[in-house]
Parts: sequence; C-alpha cells; structure tokens
Amino acid sequence: MSHDASHPAHLAHHFDSPEQQNQSSSLGMWLFLAQEVMFFGGLFVAYAVYRFKYADAFAVASGHLSLFWGAVNTVVLICSSLTMALAVRCGQLGDKRGIIRYVVATMILASVFLGIKGLEYAHKYEDQLVPGPQFEYVPDFDSYSVPVTAETADPNFAGHVQLFYSFYFVMTGLHALHMVIGLGLMVWLIVKAAKNHFSSEYYTPVEMTGLYWHFVDIVWIFLFPLVYLVWRH
Amino acid sequence: MTKSRTHYLNVNHTVGSWLFTVDHKRIGLMYLGTILFFFLLGGIAAVLFRVELMTPGSTLMESETYNRLFTMHGITMIFFFLVPSIPAVLGNFLLPIMLGAKDLAFPKLNLASWYVFTIGGLLGLGSIIFGGVDTGWTFYTPYSSTYANSQVILAALGIFIAGFASIMTGLNFIVTIHKMRAPGLTWFRLPLFVWAHYATSIIIILGTPVIAITILLVAIERIFQVGIFDPALGGDPVLFQHLFWFYSHPAVYIMILPGMGVISEIIACFSRKRIFGYKVVAMSSLAIAILGFFVWGHHMFVSSQSMYAGMVFSILSFLVAIPSAIKVFNWTATLYGGSIKLDTPMLYALGFIGLFTIGGLTGLFLATMAINIHVHDTYFVVAHFHYVMVGGMVMAFFGGLHFWWPKMTGRHFSEMLGRITAVVIFIGFNLTFFPQFIVGYLGMPRRYHIYPEEFQIFHVLSTAGAAVLAVGYLLMAAYLFHSLILGKRSSRNPWKAIGLEWTIPSPPPTENFIDTPVVDYEAYDYSLERAYEDDEEDHS
Repeated sequence: MSHDASHPAHLAHHFDSPEQQNQSSSLGMWLFLAQEVMFFGGLFVAYAVYRFKYADAFAVASGHLSLFWGAVNTVVLICSSLTMALAVRCGQLGDKRGIIRYVVATMILASVFLGIKGLEYAHKYEDQLVPGPQFEYVPDFDSYSVPVTAETADPNFAGHVQLFYSFYFVMTGLHALHMVIGLGLMVWLIVKAAKNHFSSEYYTPVEMTGLYWHFVDIVWIFLFPLVYLVWRH
Repeated sequence: MTKSRTHYLNVNHTVGSWLFTVDHKRIGLMYLGTILFFFLLGGIAAVLFRVELMTPGSTLMESETYNRLFTMHGITMIFFFLVPSIPAVLGNFLLPIMLGAKDLAFPKLNLASWYVFTIGGLLGLGSIIFGGVDTGWTFYTPYSSTYANSQVILAALGIFIAGFASIMTGLNFIVTIHKMRAPGLTWFRLPLFVWAHYATSIIIILGTPVIAITILLVAIERIFQVGIFDPALGGDPVLFQHLFWFYSHPAVYIMILPGMGVISEIIACFSRKRIFGYKVVAMSSLAIAILGFFVWGHHMFVSSQSMYAGMVFSILSFLVAIPSAIKVFNWTATLYGGSIKLDTPMLYALGFIGLFTIGGLTGLFLATMAINIHVHDTYFVVAHFHYVMVGGMVMAFFGGLHFWWPKMTGRHFSEMLGRITAVVIFIGFNLTFFPQFIVGYLGMPRRYHIYPEEFQIFHVLSTAGAAVLAVGYLLMAAYLFHSLILGKRSSRNPWKAIGLEWTIPSPPPTENFIDTPVVDYEAYDYSLERAYEDDEEDHS
C-alpha cells in the first residue's frame, strides 16, 4: 500500500489511524511509568523501614549531605521540566527549531544536575562515606551534631549510618541512570527533529520523552526530602 | 501437490527474516523454541536429583551439587519457562488475532523483549556453566547476599533482565487490548483467554519491578559489599522476604492465569457451549490479580512476622480461593449438558481441572496458620506447588499448544498419539507428586537429599513417576516434530471452534486479516452456523 493522504508516513502499518497510534503510545508510556513507580516504590519501602528503625542514625547521616547543592539541583531539575514542557509546546505548534532549542536547553540543565551530583559523590568518597569495606564513620559525640541517645550509643551506629548511605547511593544512582537514559532519548529527538520527522500532526516522541522526563523530575521531588531533609527543622 | 499459499512461515526463509521480524507470530515461535530449551534444562536437573533421591543416603552427588541442581531447576523453570510460557508464546501468537488486529501495538518492543529475555536467559545459563547457584530459587538473604559461595550475581542479573522482557510483553498486551480491538469487539465479547492475559499483564506491570529492585539490591550488596540486608550492619533479612514474596506470590498468578484462559477456550470448544457465567469468569481473573497482591505474608508465617499480620494474610489467602473456585465451578457447569469430545486438548483441560483443584485445595491447608507450621518447608509444599504449576500451568500450556498447533504450523499431529501421551503425562504426574503430599505430611523437609529410610518408598514412587512423565514429554516432542514434516495439512478451523483466530487460514498470513473483521456475535456462541463450517478453500 502506498502512503496516500489518509495514511501518513509516520503511521505504522498495523494501526488504522494516527489517533489510535498516538493513544497507544500514550497508554504505553503511562503503563511504563506505572512500573517505574513500583520499581522506585520497592526502594522507598525498604528505605522507610530502615528510616523508622534507625531514625537517629538516618538523621545524623543525612546531616552530612550538602543541603545547598541538593537545593540547587532541585531548582535545576524543575527548570529542566519547564524547558521540556516548552519543547512539547513547540511540537504542538510544529516549530521544529523550537523543539531543538528547548531540548538542548533541557540537556544542558540535566548535565548541570549530573555534574553537581558527581561533585557530591566525590566529596562523599573523600569523606569515606561510600558504603563498603572502606566506609568509615566516627560519630562526633562532643559536638552537638550527634546527640547521645540509646540508638546513637549503639556500637553498631556506624553500620546504621552506612545503611543510610547505601540507600543514598542506590536511590540517587538509579535516578541519575534514568537521567542518562533521558539524555539519550533527547539526542534521538534532536536527530528526528533535524530530519524533519515532526509536525503539528505528529510529535508523539517529544510528548513521550516529556512524560518520561517529568517522571524523573518527580522521583527527585520525593528523593530530595527523603535524603536531604531528614534532620532539618 | 496443492498450490502453495503465502503465509507467515513461508513468506521469507532467511535467518535474518526471523531475527529481525516484527511479526508477533514469528516472535511467539522464537519464544517457544527458547522456553522449551529452558524447560529441557530444568527437566534434566529434575531427573538428576530425582535419581539421587531414590536412596536415603548420598549416592550420586554431594550436598553442594544437590543444592545447585534444585536451585537450577527452580530458577530455570520459574523465571525462564513458566513465567513466559503461555503469555510469550500463545499470548504473543494469538492475542492480536483474537482482537482482530494486524499485530501487537508495539511490534519492535515485542521483538526487543525476546532479545532481552534471551540475554537474561544466557546470563542464567552462564551462572549454571560457571558452577551454579546454591541459594534455592528464593535467594533468601543474608545467605545469598553475603555468604553463598556461588554464581548469585549472574543468576540475579539474569532474572533482573528477563523481568524487563516480561514487563515489555505485559505492557504490549494491555495497550493492544485497550486500543486495537476490532469494530464490534466490546470488552464482554472478548475471549476469556484475552481477559486472562489482561489480568496477567496487570500483575506483571505492578509486580515485576519490585522483584527487579529487590534482586538488584542483592546483587549490589554482593558486588559492592554494602549490606542492605546484612544484619551485621543493622540490615533486615526478613525485609528481603517481604519484597521477594510481594512479587513472587503474585508471580504464581502470572503463571496460572494465562493457563486458566487457555482452559476456558478449550472447554468451550470441546463441550460446544458458551462458558457458563462468562462475565463472572472474566471478572474472577481480575479479582485474582488484585487479591493476589495482598497474600504474600502466607509464605512467612514462621519468619518472625507478627501473629496478627499472619492472621490477616491467612484470611486474605482464603479469599483468593473464591475467584479460583468460581472458575472451576463454572468450567464444570459448562461441561454439564455439553456435547463433549475427548480430543487431545480436552484431555489436558480436564486434567487441569482435577489437578488444579487438588493444588488449590491444598493451598488452603497451607494458608491455615497452624497446619502451615506443621507442613512448612516440607514436601507437602513442594507437592502443592507442583500440582498448581505442573498439573495446572504445564497441562494448560500443552493443552493450548495442541489446540492451536494446527493454527500455528498448519499441520495436524497424530491424534491417537496425542491422546495416549496426555494420559501418560497425567499418570506420570500424579505418580510423581502425589506421594510427596504424604511424605511431606509425614515430615520430610524439602531441599534435603539425605533422609530417613522409612521415606524411601515415597521417593522411589516419585522418581518412577518422573520417569513416566519424561517418557510422556519425549513422546510429545517426537510426534509434534514429526507432524511438522509429515503431518496432514490443517484446514482453517479443524476443531470447528468459534473465535477470530479460526476464521483465518492455517497458518495465518503475515498481516493476519486482509480486511479488519467486524464482530457482531458474543464469545463462544456455539449456536452459530459458522462453527460447523469447515472452510476447505485454502488448501484444496
């Protein structure tokens, strides 16, 4: 069958109409995000169990994270969601150059986020707070930063602090991995946009990448208070 | 010879045309080959340890080897055979056709799922080649995360990756069912096979990610020695059990629900009746999917879980029996007054009803807290599980494979050999697993190969049964393979069944339907004239 007006080039052979194709992509993306919620959900449950069990250790451990850089990263990521939303808007308007412009802006913001995250990781490495055999944490009972409670006096207190850092690295690490995948998707978007694949009738990939990106953003909105704001009043 | 017609099998013969195909039918067949390989692998492990178990002492192997064999059996059979079996093979092949669609919503994702599954399977295979895993398929911490001296990381990554294949398939199914039904094909005109796969896909989407993160945490803990489940650092091994069973109990329904879908199709066709209480049977699949997420604690009655949690999980587990029983009663009611034909698929379906009922009822024993403590971790559990998984799911898989074999291959297998084999498998199965109920109740724990002499008779019976079962499987492999080459050519509707898949030629053309069908009749409407038409035009 040739591609006539009723069967545009972007319509795959097994769909009857562009609407059916777009709705399928959209539903598929939401289902994918549902499974992502369960994936991070399992992690959050495990975190919640230990946070409940070792509240003081988690509070003390969280105090060693940089609230400033965490907050900066939160702002950076929210801005990247805005630029991504603007890219989708350009898709609706059929503005190819606009798509490329805003996707590049999103990628720059994402890179800033990952760069800051990398610096934070490096600091934790220097402070020997990366979990594993080399992990070392000596509670500083003399300063007021570690109050003496039944829990902080536990000989295994450092182990509990390490538990916090295990979750810190796994949760933020998996989040960062999702961002890297998102960056890959955006490179793909730029290539497609440059090849003139998008129009105001067809910009589904931009929309779907946008959904994915907002999800990555929302995960961070949960991660930020969970790991940075445990002991801040 | 008759003039040959172009269909999905002969449209192109190159290897590349298979490896890069996006045709759901070809991908289904590729999955069939892959999972049968793992079925064989898991079967070989079972044969080896069943032979060892014939004697009370340690004769063929040491405990180390025995541990690795039963782990290999469990991991390959569950993650690389049972979970993908019906959905990825029969579901892949039939779902789009039953919906009147040309393909699944995301054909490339479907092909990707096969590659991802194969990569996961190869990692699992690698874990066996490099020495095996000795943790049992349950990977309980802290043994798996800290102490086990075997290929836990490889196996864990294999399962993690195969899980993505499962999610891709489930996602594809849900979108296809929602968005690609033919005109007139309303939700309550869908075959129950489709409803069962819809319910299964929901569990896959919501459950699989949890086992993925859990098993990933175990692997991370082993690789980086970080200690998330390590009690020495304050980690909680029981938390692992909660997360593990949060997926792995619903996974039992991932394995059995598609089988129930197959049974509904077969029962309707071979009793020439609409399934009794169609809507209730459809809804019971959803009920099982939902309730199945709230019963995981019944695996943990002796794990220091609170008694009150145990009581709640016990009651909820009893509740799952209701939708399961609804299905069994409704199938039986369908049989009542039907004109029953005992062809091969029907023999498997009847076997399923009986064996699943035994498996299900013994599940109620296990959900009862006091009895659970008596039979916990004994062969009673092993027998219960195999009555549901082998007596249920594997029977349904083979029933479905026989039912749709003429559709998939365009050939008939030997009906006589088919019936004999079905009976052999039924006998072999019961001889293998029924003694395990008794020996388990008498106190034989699972996962031991050295046992008191008074239990030997049960183990000998069980091993003899396994031999009969193996003969049955080999016989089936032989006549199915034979049918591929010399089997009589099939017409489009050899069983005179109702359903869109029987309205297109066998084997179907690549695009399934030349014109999108319009459905103006209910599912299983065996009063329709067309059920008795055998359209011969495509091969005469």
